[in-house]
Formats: sequence, structure tokens, C-alpha cells
Amino acid sequence: MWRYLTPAIVCLLLGLGLSWVLLRIGSGDLDVREIQSPLLGKPAPEFILPSLTEASTSVDSRHFKGSPYLINVWGSWCAACREEHAMLLKISALQRLPLIGLDWKDDPAIAVAYLNEWGNPYQQVASDAEGRVAINWGVYGAPETFLVSGQGVVLFKFVGPLTEAVWHDKFMPLIEREVH
Amino acid sequence: MIPELGTLALVLALLLAAMQAFFGLAGAHWQQAAWMQVARSSVLAVWLAVAASFTALTLSLVQHDFSVAYVAQNSNSALPLLYRVAAVWGAHEGSLLLWALMLASWALLVALFSRGLPADFRARVLGVLGLISVGFLSFTLLTSNPFARLIPAALEGADLNPILQDPALAIHPPMLYMGYVGTAVAFAFAVAAMLSGQLDTAWARWTRPWTLAAWVCLTLGIALGSWWAYYELGWGGWWFWDPVENASFMPWLVTTALIHSLAVTEKRGLFKQWTVLLAIFAFSLSLLGTFLVRSGVLVSVHAFAADPSRGLFVLALLIFFIVGALTLYAFRASSLQSEGGFAVVSRESFLLLNNALLVAAAGLILVGTLWPLVMDALKLGKISVGPPYFNVVFLVPTVPLVLLMSVGMHASWKRGHLNLYAKRLTLIAVLSVLGALLIALAAYHRPGLPLTLLGFSAGLLAIGSSLIDPWAQWRRGQALPQAVLGRAIAHLGIGLLVMGITGVASYTVERDVSLAVGESAEIAGYRFTFQGTQPVEGPNYHAIEGRFQVHEGERTLPDLTTQKRTYRVQQNPMTQAGIAVAWNRDLFVALGEDLGGSKWSMRLQYKPLVRYLWIGALVMALGGLIALSDRRYRRQTVIP
Repeated sequence: MWRYLTPAIVCLLLGLGLSWVLLRIGSGDLDVREIQSPLLGKPAPEFILPSLTEASTSVDSRHFKGSPYLINVWGSWCAACREEHAMLLKISALQRLPLIGLDWKDDPAIAVAYLNEWGNPYQQVASDAEGRVAINWGVYGAPETFLVSGQGVVLFKFVGPLTEAVWHDKFMPLIEREVH
Repeated sequence: MIPELGTLALVLALLLAAMQAFFGLAGAHWQQAAWMQVARSSVLAVWLAVAASFTALTLSLVQHDFSVAYVAQNSNSALPLLYRVAAVWGAHEGSLLLWALMLASWALLVALFSRGLPADFRARVLGVLGLISVGFLSFTLLTSNPFARLIPAALEGADLNPILQDPALAIHPPMLYMGYVGTAVAFAFAVAAMLSGQLDTAWARWTRPWTLAAWVCLTLGIALGSWWAYYELGWGGWWFWDPVENASFMPWLVTTALIHSLAVTEKRGLFKQWTVLLAIFAFSLSLLGTFLVRSGVLVSVHAFAADPSRGLFVLALLIFFIVGALTLYAFRASSLQSEGGFAVVSRESFLLLNNALLVAAAGLILVGTLWPLVMDALKLGKISVGPPYFNVVFLVPTVPLVLLMSVGMHASWKRGHLNLYAKRLTLIAVLSVLGALLIALAAYHRPGLPLTLLGFSAGLLAIGSSLIDPWAQWRRGQALPQAVLGRAIAHLGIGLLVMGITGVASYTVERDVSLAVGESAEIAGYRFTFQGTQPVEGPNYHAIEGRFQVHEGERTLPDLTTQKRTYRVQQNPMTQAGIAVAWNRDLFVALGEDLGGSKWSMRLQYKPLVRYLWIGALVMALGGLIALSDRRYRRQTVIP
């Protein structure tokens, strides 16, 4: 009898082990999907791009140095960007640090109309219509948000729409540490 | 309105499935004929309710009802009709509904085509299937209702994942699910047998066709998935040992073992414990596959939304069914002792080896699939166990498996005398080795690795030895029983598959080049000249189409075109490879990146014998279908 119970016991243990893993994923202890950006801890790639909102001026990443800033990659075509838009406006209203937009693979006219309609959370918006700068930044989907230190080092990268929780748990601690 | 009716139908299905489970199991236990009749009728009712719910989701998708969250997330007004329908199983919630429909359909088939079974046995099978339905329907309703409304409604949908917008992939999931869920039938038969204590040769004969049917679906489903990955992902690979692929492959291996073990149980009344355990494990691995894909614990190219609460639910179901069945097994195992023995060289021992090797292969894949998770959970670092592990480890059980198969097919039951076929087998073996050398040297001008020769020899041996029976019968002018013919064809398919794998693994030539318009590159004697690109507009994507002129020596072959598509809503680039097919090789072109100045990067491949992979799998499934049509399984003798 006990001999025949072995398969049941082994499967039960395997099941309990998997539950334990799942509970840890659920509690945020373990993130199997967390993909470390190779840029973390490295200097942020520099760029000069035409400004989306101010005709015939350009956005130069070297001007941001000196204080930490956020780069948000978005596009008017991206549904998830619209989802995080309210959060971006909130972050912008906090005035903690500059929020720079990188309008990715987008039609500038539509992008401007989008910002006019939904509000512009960005201090400056660079237009990366061909997506070359986004390649340097290792962007593989919009929205993505980078936190760059005052020394121009990439501190954190978040993939997907920003939420209150992400902002509070992931970004704020890093920003606090950077500011003090 | 329609989505609410869908939810209602789903709730109704849950209640009816509970009836099916209760009256089936209780009716058989207390021998209440009327209760068992209720269980049988509720099977049809469950099917109707689930089908109604499925239709409701299909209608919501077809009519662009973006107030349904699932439709808003997985469809778009520009999405063609075929993919709006396929979007039903394009994401988590809908594919659960498909699961439920498949399960209900299998139960309906069992209820319809089991007149030969004793009434209480049939009631138990339907009861167990009902219990599984209850589990999955409550999973759907409690954690992932596909009819949840989105308030306010979306103006436009986020579109179906572009990766799924392909005809082969539209039918791949239903096929695979049909196979996955089909293992539930074998499981239900095993549990019913343990409950009733009737586990004999008749039981094995009832179970065989259902297992075979599930196996045919699994085979086709996996083959379709592999074929899709080949031409759609743009890498020219046909198997990636991706966790989700493994999740479908492990049940296949164990189901294959089960088919063979059932043959022994039917013919000789042996291997009963094995057979029951294999039936339980085939279903466990199907559930585990569902769990791995749904819970998001494994990182995979099949990116489904990760949600631990859903994972826990599936896991609870998994533990309930598997540990429950195995505990039942522990109580009944002593009564499943097999009587009778067999000689060392007999068909029984070959089939035992077959079982052991197939299970070992499945076990090695299971370890490789779960190992990264274990490492990660124990904070030992993030690792990935990739093709280097699987390719090597998988050969260890499978090479002997194919070699033994060719001999074992002709061994006789109980006591061994191969001498009937020994001469013919020796002749075929010698011819196979010579044939392998000939193929390697004459066709590819180099012998390749020892493994190449071994692979070709094994493939030819398998083909030759599966033809012995049909050939002998044909010479004598006798009709072959369908079961024997089906077996021969299925094993022939294995031979073709092995030839394909060996050819493509040994002689593939790949080159990544960058070409400007008018330039050309050569691989394996084929010259590809880049003719330039042009934009192409699809219904919901725009594409850049590259055109290539292909020369084989002086001969001009038809032009090849390959597309790089960008789907408008999700902006994901997808590659549509250009493939030229011939009986002995594929030529494969995939467009890479625009390097500027009319220069493009591209991938050129020469893939010999690659077609035989999928042809082999199709032939295997065909063999299964032929065996399934054998009259023996349709005998309608009513057992009191």
C-alpha cells in the first residue's frame, strides 16, 4: 500500500512546491518576467531630435544633465499609452523631476493633436519618427519609462503602463535616494 | 445582451456539469439506473450550454462589441472575419471556453458512441468527465469570465496579437486542445476502472480508440505549431524547446506510451498498473501544460498574461485530480496485479522498453522545463535551459527507441522467436546502412557526423520494417486489418520524421547577408539575387515585400517573395518567410532590417529534407486514423 502511494506523494510535493513559487510571485517576492535592461547602470544614450511641440527647435539630451529626469516612450497609436496618460499628467503636476517624452514611430501631426486633446504632461517632446533613438535605448514596445540620474546614468526601466503602485513602489524610492 | 446570455449559459453549464458528475458517480455507486440515465442526458445539456456560450463570444467578436473587455483587448474593426473568429481562442479567457467546449464535446462523443459499455461503467466515465468540467467551468467563471464588460466601452479594439494572425495558427490551438482534453477521456476511463474494479482486457479495448483519437489530435496540433513557427517566426527553426512546446510534447510522449501499454493490456492482460499510471500522467501533463501556459511562471514566446491567482486555481485543480486519482490507485494497485509472464525476447518486453524510454524522454523534458523555475525560486540565479540541453538529452532515449521499434514491431507475443522475420530484418538493416551512406555521400557529398549516418540508417530501417507487413500481405493478396495497416503507416511516419530531422540537422546551410538591389549571394549551390522591395498593404497591416531571383546553377527557379509586416495597432513587426519547396529541400528567405541606401539584411537558408518532418507527423496521424477505423473498436456487443 505505502509503496503504491509514492506517485501520489511525489505529485503532492511537486504541487505544493509550485504553489509556493506562485505565492511568492503573487506577493511580488519573485519576478520571473523581470528582464534586466543592459542599459541599467550605464550612461544613457545621447540624442538630438526635432521637437514635436516647438517647430524648428530640437531636443538635446545633454541639456538634461545635472538633475534626474524621466524619459517616457509613447506614441499616439499606442492604446496602453492612453491608459497611463492620466498617471503621466499626475507625475508632471508633482514637479519632482522633468518628464521628457519620446514620440516613437509616430505621425507628428497626429501626435500633436493627441497631446492637445488629452493634455501634455511632458516638458519637452522629442519626435523619433523613424525609431532610431528608441533602438539605442533598447525599446521594444511602448510605453516604456526610463529613470536617468543627474550624472546621466540609467537607473531604472519600466515596461508597460505606469500605475500609481509602480510609481510609488519602484520609482519614488529611487528618486528619493537620488535627490538626497 | 448577448454577452450576458453567454455568462448565463456558462453558469447553466456549470450546474448541469455538476449534475452529470453527481448522478454519474452516485448512480453507478448505488446502482440507480434512472440516475445514470440523468447523467447521460445532462451530457448533451452541458454541451448545448457550453456551445451557446461559445457562440455568444464568437458573435460578440464578429459584431465588434467593444464593450466586452475580451473583444476590446483581442480584436479590431479592421481584423478580417477569419481572425475575429479565431480570436475566440486568441487569449486566456476565450481559450478556456474552448477547453470547456472540447471537454463537453468529448463527453458527448463518449455518451453517443459507448453503447457497448456496461451502463454503470459508462456512468462513471461520464461522471468523472463531469467533475473535470465542473473544475474548468468554475475556473472560467470565477477567475476569467470572457464576457466581462468594459465600462466605458472602448471605441476601438487593441487587435489580435499579430503572431496569431495566420491560418495555421488559427486552427493549431483547437487541434492541440482537442488532444489535450482527449487525454481526459483516457483518464476518466482509468478512474472509472479503478472505482468499479473492472480493469481487464475489455476495458483496454474500450479505452484504446479514445486514446488513439486524442493522440491523433495532439500529433496534428503539435505538427501545425511547428510548421507555423517555421515559416512565421522568420528564424527557419522548427522546434525551439520552448516551455509551451514542451508542455504539448510531454503529454504526446506519455500518450504514445499509453497507446502501446494499452495494446499489451488488451492482448495479454499485462501492464495494468503501468497503463493506469500512464493514463493518469498523460492527463496530469496536459493539466500541467495548461498550468504552465496560464500561470505565467515560465517565460515563453507564447506571452499570455501572467496572473498568479489563476495559476493557483489551476494548480488546485491539478492537485485535486492527480493526487486524488493516484491515491485511488494506491488503494487499488494490489488488485491490479498482472497474471502471466513473457519471455525476454517478446513483443511484451519491446513494448515495456518502449514505455520506459518514452517516459524517460518525457521526464527529461519535464526536468529541463521546470529546472529554471526551481533555480529562480531558490535564488540560485536566473538560468535558461535551452536547446543545448534538450538536443543532447533527448537523443539518449529516442535513438534506441527508434531502433528497437523497427525490430519490436515484428516480435511475437509472449515468447520470442524473431526468426520468422530475422532474415528480412537483417537484410533491411544492411540496406538501410548502405542507403544512409549513399544519401550522405551522393546527395550531400560528405558523410557528416556519425550521428548523421545513424539517423539516416534508423530512419530507413523504420521505413523498411514498417513496410514488411503490408508488403507480405499484398504479395499474398490478403486484405490487411485496418489496425495492422494503421500501425504500419504510423511507424512509417516515424521513419520519415527521423529522416527529416537528420537531414535538416546535418546539412542545413544558413547565411545572414546584407545585399543591395541587384547584388546576389550563394548558398549550397543556389544563387539568390535581391530584386528590391515594394510596399504592400494588407487589411490591418502594411508590409514591405522583398523579391528574390533564385538560380540553381544555370536554371532559373520561380522568384521568392518575403514580407516584413507591421500590424497597425500593435506595431509588432512579423516576418512572412519566402519558401521554395522541392521534394528534397526547402529554400528559405527572410527579410531583416533596412540598412539604408537600398541595402537590406536578410537570412538565407537551405534546409534539406525539412518537409519530411511534417509529412512524417501527418503520416503518423493518418496511421492513427486508419487504426481507429478498425472494426474491432466498433463492435456493438452489449455487455450485461
